[in-house]
Parts: sequence; C-alpha cells; structure tokens
Amino acid sequence: MSARELGDVILKVDNISLSFGVMKVLDDISFDVKKGEIRSIIGPNGAGKSSMLNVINGFYHPQQGSITFKGDTRSHMAPHIAASQGIARTFQNIALFKGMSTLDNIMTGRNLKMKTNLFWQALHIGPARAEELENREAAERIIDFLDIQAIRKKPVGKLPYGLQKRVELGRALAAEPELLLLDEPMAGMNSEEKEDMCRFIIDVNTEFGTTITLIEHDMGVVMDLSDRVLVLDYGQQLADGVPDEVRANQSVIDAYLGVPHE
Amino acid sequence: MIYRETGQFKSSYQADQALFPINQDRYVIFAVLIVTFGIVPMLLNEYWLNAIMLPFLIYSLAAIGLNILTGYCGQVSLGTGGFMAVGAYSVYKLMIAFPELGFIPLVLISGLITAAVGTLFGLPSLRIKGFYLAVATLAAQFFLIWLFNKVGWFYNYNASGMISSPPMTLFGVTITGPEGDMKAKYLLVAGLVAVFALAAKNIARGRIGRNWMAIRDMDIAAELIGVRPLIAKLSAFAVSSFYIGMAGALYFAVWLGSVEPTEAFDINQSFLVLFMIIIGGLGSVLGSFFGAAFLVLMPILLKNIMVDGFGTDAALAAHIEIITVGALIVGFLIIEPHGLAQLWRIAKEKLRLWPFPH
Amino acid sequence: MLFFIEVVLSGLLAGVMYSLVALGFVLIFKASGIFNFAQGVMALFAALTLVGLMEKFNFPVWLAIIGTIAVMIALAWLIERLMLRHLVNQEPIILFMATIGLAYVLEGVGDIMWGSDVKLLDIGIPQGAWDWLWDQGIYVEKLELFAAGTAAILVIFLAIFFQKTRIGRALRAVADDHQAALSVGISLNTIWVVVWSVSGIVALVAGIMWGSKSGVQFSLSLIALKALPVLILGGFTSIPGAIIGGIIIGVGEKLAEVYVGPMVGGAIENWFAYMLALAFLLFRPQGLFGEKIIERV
Repeated sequence: MSARELGDVILKVDNISLSFGVMKVLDDISFDVKKGEIRSIIGPNGAGKSSMLNVINGFYHPQQGSITFKGDTRSHMAPHIAASQGIARTFQNIALFKGMSTLDNIMTGRNLKMKTNLFWQALHIGPARAEELENREAAERIIDFLDIQAIRKKPVGKLPYGLQKRVELGRALAAEPELLLLDEPMAGMNSEEKEDMCRFIIDVNTEFGTTITLIEHDMGVVMDLSDRVLVLDYGQQLADGVPDEVRANQSVIDAYLGVPHE
Repeated sequence: MIYRETGQFKSSYQADQALFPINQDRYVIFAVLIVTFGIVPMLLNEYWLNAIMLPFLIYSLAAIGLNILTGYCGQVSLGTGGFMAVGAYSVYKLMIAFPELGFIPLVLISGLITAAVGTLFGLPSLRIKGFYLAVATLAAQFFLIWLFNKVGWFYNYNASGMISSPPMTLFGVTITGPEGDMKAKYLLVAGLVAVFALAAKNIARGRIGRNWMAIRDMDIAAELIGVRPLIAKLSAFAVSSFYIGMAGALYFAVWLGSVEPTEAFDINQSFLVLFMIIIGGLGSVLGSFFGAAFLVLMPILLKNIMVDGFGTDAALAAHIEIITVGALIVGFLIIEPHGLAQLWRIAKEKLRLWPFPH
Repeated sequence: MLFFIEVVLSGLLAGVMYSLVALGFVLIFKASGIFNFAQGVMALFAALTLVGLMEKFNFPVWLAIIGTIAVMIALAWLIERLMLRHLVNQEPIILFMATIGLAYVLEGVGDIMWGSDVKLLDIGIPQGAWDWLWDQGIYVEKLELFAAGTAAILVIFLAIFFQKTRIGRALRAVADDHQAALSVGISLNTIWVVVWSVSGIVALVAGIMWGSKSGVQFSLSLIALKALPVLILGGFTSIPGAIIGGIIIGVGEKLAEVYVGPMVGGAIENWFAYMLALAFLLFRPQGLFGEKIIERV
C-alpha cells in the first residue's frame, strides 16, 4: 500500500516484558501504532503475539514496561477500563457467547453505551426501552455492514466457523472502538471468506477511521493490508517497519518467511 | 396452519422486540391470564387451591429466582432453601414489628433483605467458579439454617422453635395464616407472581440480562468487552435472592402458616428448586413455570395413583416416589438437557410447519 | 492438655473417615470428570447390602463382602449402561444433576430392598478404647484406628494404580477429555465401569467403617455432603489431597465444636467445615493439591 495520511501515535508500547513463572513470553518489546493505521504483528506460533494483544487489552499484566494509550501512560490496566477507553478485540479461538443469538452478541458489545438501571429495565418502558431501541439501531447498522441479516436471530453456537468470526468482528465493532485488536481474523477460512474479511477490515479502517492492529499468518494479506509490520519470534522483537523492509530483512526470512524453492 | 407467522411483518424494531412477537402467542397468553385470574378461583375448590395452585405459584417464583442466578448468569447455587428461610424469617419479624405497613410491602421488604444477604454470600463468586461455588453456597445453606434454629431472636424465643404467621389482611380479607381466605390468598400470590415474572422477562432481555448471559457463556471474553464481572455476578445474586426471599415469605406466611427451619428450608428444598429449573429449562422464565408444575404435580399424582389407586402402603409409596423423581431427572437430562422449555420451543417450531413435516 | 490431645486425635480419625468417602469422589472425578453426588448413597447402599446379605441370607462375613463387591460391580455396570453412556460430553452441571437423580434412585431402591430401619453392622472390627492409650488417660477408638489404617492402605494402592498402570493412564486421559480419549481408542464404557466399580468398593469400605461406628442408617448418605469441604481443601483430583483435606476438616471441626461451640449454642459441626472450606477457597480457589485452572483466551 502506498503511504497514507496517518495521524499521531495513539498507542505506544514501551519495553514490555512478560513472564509466566520462568517462561519469558515477551522480552523488552517496544513499538507504536499511529491513529488510522493498519498495523500487523507476525511471527511463528508461540512467538508471543496473542500475549502482546492480551497485554494491551489488560488481560495480562506485564512484569516490566508501560503502555501509553491516547496519552495515558500506565503499567497495566483492568480489561474493562481498556474497553471503556476504546479498545476492542477479537480472539484467536472464537470467544462468542454461544448461548445467545447473533443480535444479542452484538448488542452485548454495545454494553458500555447503555446505562439505564435495574428498575427501569424491569419495567421496560421509558428510558430503558428508548435506550434498547437506540442501541438496536446501532447494532443493525453493523449487521448491515457485515451482511449478516439472515442470521441475526440464530444462536451463534450453530453457525459455521466463518460466520462466527464475522459475528465476533461485529461484536467488537459494536463498541465503536478507536483501536481494534484482531487475533488471526482469517484463520481457518477459505480464499473467498478471506477476501470478504479483508474487505471488511479495509472498510472499517477507511469508513470508520478505526486504528487496527492485527495478528495474521497469511503473508499475502499482511503485506497487502498493512502500513507497518512488527515481527516477533520467541518473545523477541525481530523487525519493525513497512512491509517491503520487513520482507527483505534477513533475520525475518531465517526465522519465519523462508525463501521460495528453486 | 394455525401457528403461522405469514403476514405478520414487523415494521419497527419495537415491534420486533415485543415480548410476544407472534400474534398467536399473544392470544395464548391472554387466555392463560383469563384462566388464571378469572376461571381458576371460581372453579377450583379450597383443597386444590391449597395443595396445588399455591405451591405451584410460590415455587415458580423461587424457580425464576434461581434461574436468574444459575440459568442466566451461570452461577450454581445450592443455597435456595437458606435464602427462602431468610425471606420467611424476615417477613415474620416484620409482621410482628410493623404490621401497619401492610402485607405486600412487607413481602417486598423481605425480598430486599434477602437480596442483601444473597449479595453477601455471593461475594465468593468473584474468586470461585463452578462446583466450588456450589459448595460455597452450601456453606450459606447450612449456616443460615443453623442460625435460624439456634438464635432465639429469630423465632421470638418460642419454645418449639417454630414460627407462626400472624393474620394480616388485604382489603379487609385475611390472607395469611391458617384462617386466611383461600381464594384471596390465591389471587394475591398469582398477582405477585405474574408481575414479577414479567419483570424478570424484561430484565432478562435487556442489557443486564445479556451481561448475565455473557458472564455465563464466557466470562473472560465478557470482561474484555467491558462487562464488569463484579457487578454482573452480584446483581444476579441480588435479584435472584430477592425473588427467592419473596417466595420464602409467601411460602411461610401465606401457604404453610407455620414452619420449622430444618424441615421447611433444608437442603432438599435447594435441590428441589434446582431440579425445577433443570427440568423446566435453564435460562427460561417459562421453563421455571414448567419445572415447578412438574415437580409439584408429579408427587401428588404418584401418590394418588399408588395409594388411592393401587392401595400401596404409604411408606413404600414414598420410596417409589423418590425413585421415580430420581429416575425422571436422569431421564430428562439424557433426553433433553435443556428441559421442558426446549421441548416447548421444538414443539412450536414443528407447529409452525404443521401440517407439513419440514 | 490430655483432653486437647484426645480431641485432636478424635478429629484426626474422624477426618480419615471423611477422607474415605472423599476418595470415592476423587476417583470418579479424576477419571470421568463427573462429580458423583451419589457417592454417599453408594456407601449406604453398600453397607445395607452387606448387612442384608449377612442377616437375611446368613452369609458369613467374608462371603458377604465378596457378594457386596459383586453387587457394586453390577451396579457400576448398570450405571454405565443406563446413564453414563447417554451423557457423554455433556456439561459438568448436567452430569452433576444426573448423579443427584441417581442418589435418589439408589436411596429408594436400598430402602425397598433392605428396609429403612437402622441396622447394626458388626463384621468383627475391634471396638472399644485402645487400651495402651487409655491407660495414659486418652480415649481413642480402636475402630477409628482400624479405619485410618485401611484408608492408608487404600490410598497407597490407588496412587500406585493411577500412576503406574496402563488403565490408570487411560483413566486420567478420560478425565481430561472424553472425545479425545475416544479418538485414541480408549473404550470409555469399560473405563467407566472400572472406575465406578473401584469407587463402589471404596464406598463399601467407607460404609463398613461408618456403619460399624454408628449403625447403618439413612444419615450415612449425608456424609457425602461432609465430603465436599474435604474435596475443596484437598482438590477434586488429588488422592493424597483427600486424606489431608479430611484430616484438616476433621480436626478443625472437632476443635471448633469443643472450644467454640459452647459459646454459641453448639451444633457448629453442621456448617463449620463449609465455612472453613469457603475461607480456604478465597485464598486458593483450586484447593491444596488441585490443579490450577489456567484459562487461555
């Protein structure tokens, strides 16, 4: 992709180190993400990519380092605070609420936008009802965007894998996030589904202006979509730059990309 | 043919989100309400009202309460008996101390007291999950029963340890205690249950209900999208205990008239209500009614068939009853783990297509 | 001081009795992921059968024991056939509920088969005070010592069984994941019959000990409820944990009853164990020896 107009740095990760007992999962990782950017994190399995997202999200607390999001620096934050600040994510192994319908899952994503208390909810009139309808409309806009009208009332547990991933994206989008973390959004999809997902990611970025950080293994997708790429291997930072730079980086080729066979 | 949605188009989200979007469902509910409030009190005699309708309604309320906690929010609780006791003893002390407030407000206050107690015992749920939480609720169960047995203040230092409901009136009719008017009792309980069942349904389909279900289905993901586990779980405990407390208050004051804690509110009661929501259907208000009906009616039916029908000796009949309940529970879990509510949903699906097979 | 030692010893031995019941739970949970609420009723049922065989059919003790073991194995087979087989891969709460249903069924059947009056169980286990200690002023029941010894032997045997044998490994695989175990060719059905049989035998031992101590009666099945705090302390999957948990609960309970009880009207035993377990859970949600549940996202 040619150079685009990107904003200031919205997320800055400084010297993050994360260990589980003696296992060092992330070793002194630093990078930043600019507003409006599509940033990819790549690397072999077990490199620590999902853990990095979990740290940004507040699910894992790093032993060292800090995260600066929208100007606020902290060593870690609670997950729901990360959510309320505008960070949303999808998960490697789909984490949808299997007992609920597509619509309900997406409505749950709107949770932080809804405030009426228990009493009005019990009566379901006045403010509670108005709020419910308002958020229903917002959810329907997302359902339109992702073209999943037909399955809106279906329990998500019964949906095929590709559609589940799309619903999960919808749930993340429902929160109107400023930073969207996507963990292998195209895993397990065929090329047609991948194209759809790519299209959605680009649309989210260009139409809503959402900053995106994604983990992905499909190199074609990564190189096409990303503004910049971060490469991790065994918790270490191998490279960080625009796709062409990273593609030519020898240590990245050795660790991960490989060379085409003669 | 009958149960068709064809032609029923919804042109607004409001219509789509109505409680009973399908017209036929609406007619059925109207019919049920008419039967409940109009026909039943006229037709059924005192015995039936007392032996079947009152316990059915009261247990339905308790079942809705437990369903909120366990079915919607996924927190297993074996403390239902104990919480019903809290409701009963609260209303007892309140009736003696503040009879001028009127019975219904006292029931509501008992519910609130139970909600507070429930929230307290729900605190461990923030650290503990699954079976471990079930055991923690057992702690509540055993402790509360011990408390009401031992601490004289609760039963007004009565020598027998029992508590008896003083008579209270509503619109001039006695509705508590053994002298109460059966029809009035029935209408009161039916009214309360109808109102609070509706409230439960409303809460369940709104933001709070969704958050509960999110915690139930995947609490980590829920937290990561901003649902606060603390608030969701404790609110589930609170609302659930409110309902169970009210059920306990009605159980004591309106139905039984006098109780002794170890008999009326022991662990078997907790199991009974849990069975009701499992057989009826977890996460379903309608299921709570089904389950309560099933487990209230079935023992009566069995006893009538065996003792009156075959002349079985009462002790033997009791044993057979236990076996049957147990076997039915296992059977249900094998055939339809999602309970009668699921069977009902499937039946409605089939009814939509009838007379076509698919 | 002597009184204190007596209380502690009494608690220790009571604790071992709890552990016997808890062991049965651990076995089944370890091997099939099911929390078998019916374990207590199984102990009652086993004891009832034993007494019934001895009294109604006049079996000598050794034959009655063998007969009861045969009955428990048959019971395990029936449970597998009629219940477990149909509940493969259901959620734990469903399985738990099913075992409650099973408990009701067993209770009713036991009552009908052998009658529900209290029965005396005497198979020759030495009773009365242990003379050596009694001379020093401490009262310790020989019966409880015998139970402790039996429990120790059982634990060692079971631990070896689980760790060293092929079947033991298969059992652990099944506990982890039913479907995965099936896919590597482990016959779930056979495993379950084995586990429930072993558990039934453990239940028989527990039933004998408790029955000898206080007679065979319905309250025996309520012992199952006491085993729950034991399991919480010791972890649901640890055999040594069941023993240690039992001891802690037993001693704690006795001490509380004797020293704190009189201040609040007594009968603390009803709930103390649970409160202790609850307090414990708050600090260590997986128990002393349980496996730490790691949740991955």
